[in-house]
Amino acid sequence: MFKYLKQLTSLAAMVAVLFTFTTESMAAKKSKTLKNTQKKGFVRCGVSQGLPGFSNADAAGNWTGIDVDVCRAVAAAVLGDANKVKFTPLSAKERFTALTSGEIDILSRNTTWTLSRDADIGLTFVGVNFYDGQGFMVRKSSGITSTSQFKDGISACTNIGTTTELNMRDFFNSKGIKYEPVAFEKADEVVAAYDAGRCDTYTTDKSGLAAQRTKMSNPDEHIVLPETVSKEPLGPVVRQGDSVWEDIVRWSLNTMIEAEEYGITSANADMMKTSDNPAIKRLVGAEGELGAAFGLDNDWSLRIIKQVGNYGESYKRNIADTGILPDRGPNELWTKGGILYVPPAR
Amino acid sequence: MNFKLKDIVPQLITVTAVVLVFGFFTYNAQINMENRGIDFGYGFLSQESSFDVQFSLIEYDGSHSYFRAYLVGLLNTILVSVIGIIIATILGVIVGVARLSPNYLINKFAAFYVEFFRNIPLLLQIFFWYFAALRALPLPQDAEAIFGVFFLTIKGLYVPAFIWQNFSVFFYSIVAAIIAIIVIRIHAKRVQENQGKQIPVFLISIGLIFILPLLSFLIGGVGISFEVPVLKQLATTSFIYEGGVSLPPELIALTLSLSLYTATFIAECVRAGIQGVGKGQKEAAASIGLTPNQVLKLVIMPQALRIIIPPTTNQYLNLTKNSSLAAAIAYPDLVLVFAGTALMQTGKAIEIVSITMFTYLTLSISISLLMNWYNKKIAIQEK
Repeated sequence: MFKYLKQLTSLAAMVAVLFTFTTESMAAKKSKTLKNTQKKGFVRCGVSQGLPGFSNADAAGNWTGIDVDVCRAVAAAVLGDANKVKFTPLSAKERFTALTSGEIDILSRNTTWTLSRDADIGLTFVGVNFYDGQGFMVRKSSGITSTSQFKDGISACTNIGTTTELNMRDFFNSKGIKYEPVAFEKADEVVAAYDAGRCDTYTTDKSGLAAQRTKMSNPDEHIVLPETVSKEPLGPVVRQGDSVWEDIVRWSLNTMIEAEEYGITSANADMMKTSDNPAIKRLVGAEGELGAAFGLDNDWSLRIIKQVGNYGESYKRNIADTGILPDRGPNELWTKGGILYVPPAR
Repeated sequence: MNFKLKDIVPQLITVTAVVLVFGFFTYNAQINMENRGIDFGYGFLSQESSFDVQFSLIEYDGSHSYFRAYLVGLLNTILVSVIGIIIATILGVIVGVARLSPNYLINKFAAFYVEFFRNIPLLLQIFFWYFAALRALPLPQDAEAIFGVFFLTIKGLYVPAFIWQNFSVFFYSIVAAIIAIIVIRIHAKRVQENQGKQIPVFLISIGLIFILPLLSFLIGGVGISFEVPVLKQLATTSFIYEGGVSLPPELIALTLSLSLYTATFIAECVRAGIQGVGKGQKEAAASIGLTPNQVLKLVIMPQALRIIIPPTTNQYLNLTKNSSLAAAIAYPDLVLVFAGTALMQTGKAIEIVSITMFTYLTLSISISLLMNWYNKKIAIQEK
């Protein structure tokens, strides 16, 4: 009796060890953030407080924009439903703290990828979903058509806690122009102050200028000056330390861009399963086991394309058709003269 | 022994619990920061800040350190608090006295003011003054000069700058006047105690504070000239004023809303203080032949102040802390510059927030200590 008991215990111990081992390795693969997201049933996504084309909520509270679509793509991949996203509007000042403190899991909020942000403050940038640069907006009536006409004493409205604030200083310093920086916490306040005449110029990323221009009391009274004074690669950000989650977000974005490259759209995605091109078949989940690397099923990328669409569809829907920036400029595929180029999914 | 233990044990448990909770939070923060690759340290304070600030009392630009940026923010916070406290006190005393006025119109107007301004959230008032009231101001090129030299525009209030000659002589003349006034007051008190004779100290003081500086102009070689703001064109439709001193609209809006709001509470403190002095005191003072002015100055106010000071201290503290709402309208105070921009650019959330909290704590405690000292001074001296 005693003998059996001993054997039984050792067996139980072995089972226990084996069980712990398997769950441990599963957990490591699935990542804490992924596990929490699947448990909660929604992706926690930080967006802007309203930037048309990038992340903007309509009267009914539905979020749209290319930044929003990145989060939707992740939700489609991870949870199977692009609508299972909880959006948290954040000011430029709040955004990184919200991410590092774990309030959100993806920050997709027209955020510039810089060395210090990537290395210093516990963040990891996963890619670029919009290539941008800082510009200046002025009133048409001012007669200014180029930044070379700026004079000492000019007042410039902008947001605090942005790369814009730093670039602005670099720009005016290099030109030797004395300026008055007026920095607000919320983008809406910046626009309101500029619109009222508090500032002579409003400076932020050019896409932001184009988007905010639509919010002015009379958009036709303002122009964006042609000069671009900085590089602003905007992209989604995740917390440092969860490489699986980082990969999921990175490849969700890459899938959208690569799908456009191969001509896969939300409409034809299902038909593409029978394509002759193995690269296309991999993207729609008809070949290979790409999802397994993240602990996802094989249809994860197909769901992204079907539910959110490819990058081109997202751009057209959010930015081109809304009249913000009809010309894709550098945000065109590398095959069409732009600089959108992503590593292959294989 | 047993009795003592019973006393000590709960205290020990409380202290241990507090230490443990703090320890847990520190440990937790440490672990999380380590996991996310965030360094902890105050070394960033000496780094170059590389951002500019709109309005600063000391010389500052982006080539200075983060510590300098902190000082800029701190001084701006102190500036708006001090101006706010002065205006709120003057306005509060006037309105508080007006609420007790037998004049129906003055009385009701004061009551309306108090009820109106203290019942609207401060942030809304700040937005109102900044985005609604100040936006109605003209652009610089359309601004009408006030007294020929002041220009109130959407870009700020432009006032003439003083250009002094021999400013030090003028300064010393004021110091001399103040010393003379103090000497005369002490002398007057002694004369009154010894001979019962009264010297019109107030009139003499006013005379001194005007005459001595005036003499410095006439014989001390002090000169003053004004630099009047001049309109300058930047582009077809954009103008500013150059020369003189410009007060940013953010500062004006913030000072205005803070003082108008806090003045309502101070007015109530003042009213409570005056009403708190027994009617009999006033009647008794009048019956021994004091004039109404003397009654107010010698009998009512000294007693009323004892009631007024402690709650007013709270209002001063509130005003100082409320000044952090500046961030909403781009006034570069401590919160906007340091806990805003500097925090964003460095990512040192814990360090910067802790410094900011500690700074506000220090500011508040300083005000508290000052007011407590004053309160003790005017309290009943028990001999």
